[in-house]
Order: sequence, then C-alpha cells, then structure tokens
Amino acid sequence: MEGNHDHEHHLGFWRKYVFSQDHKVIGIQYGFTSLLFLLFGFTLMMVMRWQLAYPGQPIPIIGSWLGDDRAPQGIMLPEFYNQLGAMHGTIMVFLGIVPLAVGAFGNYVMPLQIGAPDMAFPKLNMMSYWVYFLGGVTMLSSFVMPGGAANSGWTSYPPLSDIATTGQTVWLCGMVFLITSSLLGSINFIVTIVQLRAKGLTFMRLPFFVWAQFVTSFLLLLAFPPLEAAGVLQLMDRLAGSSFFLPSGLVVTGQPLNVSGGGSPLLWQHLFWFLAHPEVYVLILPAMGIVAEIIANNTRKPLWGYKSMVYAAIFLGFMSFIVWAHHMFMTGMGTIISTFFQTTTMIISIPSVIILTALLISLWGGSIRFTTPMLFALAFLPMFGIGGLTGLPLGLSATDIPLHDTYYVIGHFHYVVAPGTIFALFAGIYHWFPKLTGRKMNEVLGRIHFFGSFVCMNAIFMPMFIVGLAGVSRRLWDGGAQYAHAQPVLHWNAFMSMGAWTLGLFQLPFIFNLFWSIWKGKKVEENHWQATTLEWATPTPPPHGNFLTVPEVYRPPYEYSVPGQKRDFIPQNQPMEA
Amino acid sequence: MDASHAEDVRKHVRIYVSVFVALLTLTVVTVTISYLNLSVVPAIIVALVIASVKGSLVASYFMHLISEKKLIYAALGLAAVFFLALIFLPLLAMSDRIH
Amino acid sequence: MEIPYTVKARPDTGLVNAKLGVWLFLASEVMLFGALFSSYILLRIGSVEWPHHVLDVPLATINTAVLISSSITMVMSWASLMEKNFGKYRRFMGATILLGLVFLIIKYFEYTHHFAAGEIPSKSTFFAIYFTMTGLHGLHVIGGMIVNSYFWGPGSKMWKTQPERFTNRIEVAGLYWHFVDLVWIFLFPVLYLL
Repeated sequence: MEGNHDHEHHLGFWRKYVFSQDHKVIGIQYGFTSLLFLLFGFTLMMVMRWQLAYPGQPIPIIGSWLGDDRAPQGIMLPEFYNQLGAMHGTIMVFLGIVPLAVGAFGNYVMPLQIGAPDMAFPKLNMMSYWVYFLGGVTMLSSFVMPGGAANSGWTSYPPLSDIATTGQTVWLCGMVFLITSSLLGSINFIVTIVQLRAKGLTFMRLPFFVWAQFVTSFLLLLAFPPLEAAGVLQLMDRLAGSSFFLPSGLVVTGQPLNVSGGGSPLLWQHLFWFLAHPEVYVLILPAMGIVAEIIANNTRKPLWGYKSMVYAAIFLGFMSFIVWAHHMFMTGMGTIISTFFQTTTMIISIPSVIILTALLISLWGGSIRFTTPMLFALAFLPMFGIGGLTGLPLGLSATDIPLHDTYYVIGHFHYVVAPGTIFALFAGIYHWFPKLTGRKMNEVLGRIHFFGSFVCMNAIFMPMFIVGLAGVSRRLWDGGAQYAHAQPVLHWNAFMSMGAWTLGLFQLPFIFNLFWSIWKGKKVEENHWQATTLEWATPTPPPHGNFLTVPEVYRPPYEYSVPGQKRDFIPQNQPMEA
Repeated sequence: MDASHAEDVRKHVRIYVSVFVALLTLTVVTVTISYLNLSVVPAIIVALVIASVKGSLVASYFMHLISEKKLIYAALGLAAVFFLALIFLPLLAMSDRIH
Repeated sequence: MEIPYTVKARPDTGLVNAKLGVWLFLASEVMLFGALFSSYILLRIGSVEWPHHVLDVPLATINTAVLISSSITMVMSWASLMEKNFGKYRRFMGATILLGLVFLIIKYFEYTHHFAAGEIPSKSTFFAIYFTMTGLHGLHVIGGMIVNSYFWGPGSKMWKTQPERFTNRIEVAGLYWHFVDLVWIFLFPVLYLL
C-alpha cells in the first residue's frame, strides 16, 4: 500500500472546513484571513493620515474610543502614531500581502496549474496556515500590551527596539511564528513544483505564475532564517539582558544602561535587511506571475519572451540576496563595500526591466479584452514602472543621501506594492473568482473599484516624491509640520489623506462585490475566460484530488491564436492531433 | 530487498565505522592542537579546516551526500553561496568603514 | 486520493518528496545557524576583549564524541531497516536517543555551573552568544529526540504495514539528526577552542 491515503468520505465539519489538508480550502483560508489583515492594516493608515493632514486635531468619531494612553481627548499621541506606523507596515507586508500572494494564490492555483492532486505535504500545509494565524493573532495582541503595540518601525532597529515597551517582545514572538509558517510553506511549494508536475509538464512549459511562485519560495526558504536568528537575538536582549545589539556606553534618559554592552546595532540591520530585501521580491514576483497569466489570456497571444522572463526571474531571485546593504548606505560603510552593493543593485534592475518589457511587448498586436482583471493587470505595468524607476536614485549612495528616510522612499516602495502588487492581487481575485465559484464578479462594480482605486493610489503616492524631495523625513508624527523646510509642501499632506480616505471608500464596492457575487454573481460556463492553463481543466469548483482523470500536458502554456486552429486557444492538456 | 542489496548495506556499514573512527580521531586532534595556543589566524584556519573535514565526512557518508541527486546538490549549492555572502559581506561592511 | 512519490522516487528527479523536503529544510537551517555564526564573527571582531579558557573544554570534547557516536548509531538504525532487521533498528535507535540524552545532561551540568558562577547572557556578549548558539542547538537536539522517540515507539508500528515508507522516514529523520551533529562539529571549535 503506497502513498498518502486520505479517506475523506466521512470528514466532519472541522476536518473538512477548519483543519482541512486540502490546498484549496487552505488557500481560501489564507485568502480571507489575509484580506482581513489588509483591511485592518489599511484602517491603521487611514487613522495615521488624519494626524498627518490635521496634526493635533481630535480624530473624529473614533478619537474618543482610543483611550487616554493613545489619544487623550481624541488627539493622537506621538507614541500612538509610532505604533500605528510600525504595525501598518508589519501587518501589510507579513500578515497581508505575502499570505495573500503566496499563501492564498500560490496554494490554490499552483497545484492546479501543474496538474497535481494536492500539495506534496498536505498536513504541513495545514500547519503552515494555523501557525500564520497564530502569528497574526500574536501580532495584533501587541496593541493591548502595556505601552501599546510595537513602535520601532516595521524595521525594529535597535537600540530603540531593544528597550521599547512590551509590544515589541510580542512583535518578535509573532515574527517567529510567521517566519516558521513561511518556511514550512516554502518547502511545500518547492517540493510540489519539482515532484508533482503532471506528465509532459517540463519546467519550460510551466505557466509563468508557477515559476514566480517557485523562485519566491526559494527566497522565503533561504532569506527568512537570518531574520529568525535576529529575532531570537533581540528577544535575548529584551528578556535575558544580553547586549547583542546594544553598544557600550549607551545612555537612556540620562541614565547609563545597565548592560554589558559590546553589541552592534548594525548587526541587526545586516540580519534584518538580508531577509527584508529578498522579501520585497517576494512581494513582487507572485504579482508579476498573476499579471503574466492575465495578460496572455486577455490578449489572446502567447507571452512575448517567456524564456527571457523565466531566466530573468531566476536571476532576480539570485541577485536579491546580495543587494541588501543598499538599505544601509547611511551607516558609514566605506567606498569598496558601498560600490559592491550599488553595483549589484544596479544589476538587479535589469531582470525587472526584462520582465516588465516582455509584458509590455506582449500587448503588441494582441486582441485585448478589457475585462476588470485585465484593467488591473494593465495598470500594474506603468505603476510598477514608476515604482522601479524611482528606486534607482535610492540604489546609488550619492543620490540616496538626500532621499534616505524621506517621503520619497515611502512613495517609491508604495508604488511598487500598492498600485503594483495589490492591483495584481485584485486582478487575480477577479480572474480566478469563476474558478472557485462558477460565477463572475460584477463588471460595473469592478470598474468603479478599478478607476477609483487607480486615481486615489496616484493621488496618495505621487505627492510623496515631491514631499520627499523637499526633505521631509518619514515617520514624523506630524508630517513635518514643525520643520521650516517642510512648510512649502505641507499642504500635500491633507491632499494625500483625502486620497487615502477616498481609496478606502472605493474598496467598498469591491468588498460588496466579492461577497454578493459568491451567491448572486452571474453564473458562467466552465473556463469562462477561455484560458489554456491546467487549472481551468478541472470541474468548478475542483473536487478533492482536483482532476477527474490524471492530466497529461502536451503543449506550452500560452497557445493562444495558433494559426489554423478552430478556436483561439488550445488547453495545455489537449493531445496533439494524430 | 535482495542479497546484493544486503551486501551493499554491509559495505556501507564498513564505511560508516571508518568515518566514525576518523571523526573521533579528528576531534582529539583539534582539541590537542588547541592546547598548543597558536596565534589567532593559524588557530582559526586549522580549527576550521579540521571542522570542515569532519563536516564533509558526516555529510558525504552519514548523510549519503556523495551519491545524491543533482537537484539536492543544486539546492545546497545555492544555500552555500548565500551562506558565504551572509558571513563575508557584513564582515566586509564592518571593516571597510568611513572613520 | 494519493500523493505521488511519497514512497517510490519520481523517475526524472530520482527523489521521493520527503528527501527533497528535508534537504530544503536543512538548507534553511544552514542559513539560520549561518546567521548566528556571522553574528559571532561580527561581535568578536567588534569587541575590545574576548574571554578565553572560561568554557569546559574536556566536557565539551566528551559531548562531541557523544554526538558523533549518536550519529553512527542513527545511520546504523537506518541500515538495519535496509537489512530488514527491525530488532537491530530498535536497538540502534534506542542508543541514539540515549546518547542524545547524555548530551543534554552534560549540557545541563555545563549550564548550571556557569549560572552558579554568574556567567549568564547578560554578563558579556561572549556568554550571550555562547548560550544562544548552544541553546538553539540544544533545542534542535530536543526536537530530534522527540522525533526519534516517536519513531522508536508508537511510530514504529508503520514497519508492519508500510516498511518502505517507514525506512524512508528513518532516513529523513537521520538526515536531520546528522545535521544537528554537523552544526555541533562547527560550534565546538568556534566557541570552545578559538
């Protein structure tokens, strides 16, 4: 008797829907949990933006709910602003985007696209989700700790983070859970892609989405452990009184710290950024994967430069491990090491450009269908372009000097992640919704969501470049109001806040659409988008085990508009004519 | 499993025992050398070389790495490159500083 | 619904899923301990003075021998299964677990001796990194022992119904255990001898 038998005929409610080992159920669990966290993280930012627009003014409505230790008389304390800032970043990146892009989309779609019955390690997959959930709850619980939530930035730089309030310890414990979840997940993804591909599905016939998830998993596997180590070291500093990150002679509020000293704050920065740089490619690669699928499908053409895109993704993944100190140009590094990191950083922009260019050229001569997913996928391209281009001066140490830690940086990375990755994730939700439910999401609401979000995203993040170039630092609780050099650009703060709140409003049609369509959405036929990849060859929704007959692949992933064929697409599992 | 396979295993067992003896011997060697109180750089080199030999024996024979598949080598090779980056780049950054 | 290649290797890769899985896990562990070794180097280079002769070298040498011995008993337990000798497997696995216990007991005495002398993580970065690295390693030893005990005890029932799958599991557990030994092979000279 071989294999992993799963007699699921009589699985109770708990084993079927809560502690499921089915990658599709787990993917949906990741999906809803991460969307909730995204919404929460976004709400934190909407509160922050009140303070930035109207510093010192009582927050309307919710101001009185926050309590005196956060917002006495409804006026936000700087300490609370710092908590919001640190938690917004942490929640969006670690509880929102990565679980959605990898945990939800990766889990649900990847096994289907490779023709597998499930993940290689279903039990491990279930554990990954619940450890993530545990990590998320732990993170959120930091808000109720004495002294409030973690408040040393999502980057948790010591010495500040070493001596910060209890919330920081909780943050560290939460991170340990989240990192563990990611590690287990990445092992599962790599083994599944390598071992469970259907017959005939060679690596160069994989949909680009799968390649993106594959490279992403290697980043998670090899880059996260140093942050886990760093987290352990910081916990030791905070709980066992060690001085891993505390230099000698540190004085806090007039008193010398009673520690052994001899530690290095820069050690934290190296370990943190060793993860956090590959992390940003974890944020973007799955998004590129989703956009690639949607563009091929909605242009009715194969992707232009598939091979180049694959090699670029692999090269990008590799390079991402040796660029990290471009986040540390202002830490006193000498010219040799600085040049090394500038060089690798400039080199890493090349594969990104290759992928973006290939996607753009893929549009040329296409029979473009402007469906809602396609609108988001198309918008991703210029938005990611702006994000990427604005990163270039940050990657050169000389130009980084005036821009480092200003709003310019915030504008740069939000362009990549917000109208970049999040748009791609929206696109993916609209695109794969019919696969999960057999229904379409409403197109009118989808367009309102798209156009509203597109305008608002640019309204929020474009002015940040202006504000940053004027020299306004990030993480200032009043948005720079106290600084002379900020005065000429302060008016942008209220403008950006209006953008943020309006962006919030434009998510309402999406949230309504998502839930309403599950039950009342227009029913559509199998493979409604007429796509070539294997996930569309299963019943809707796919049953446990996914495929009714074991699939075999005969073709590359994007056989659209092949000359001489009756239909304008050929599924990957359609046999060659005799 | 057939007889040739069992003979195969016995051959492996002989190797395991030899490796075991080598590991113990090298342990004694490395501890003995440490009592010689060499200066810092030679001490580090000797200790790390001996540890690397021991580690390679464990990896190659106990962990069967010497006859493993290419994919495993590829994954480990990747980890080795990034491990070296993690060790040497921060070191370089700390030593090449603006004073 | 069966997951393919849990027992038989996939022809083109030559691997069973768990083998690839455990090596990937070990690759991540290399990065975990690598980060700690990197931290050790940076802290030592940045230090004004670094303590010498404050750790118990003879005791740690014994522990090194203990762990190396547990490694060979571990691989022998797998070889016994390959020879279809379940009794031999149990004896060798039992020995592995016992040797692991000896390692932990010796570590316990080492630690308590240091605590009694006020040598705790807050005393210096040397002791901080010493306790952190050996502590994390110790946690990995405990984890391995739990897994091994499971396979010695209730988990060994699988030998009767799915011997090949069980043998694979022991091989995978062995790979983890050898890795724990491997980390110590580097930890020992770095912390105790240099």
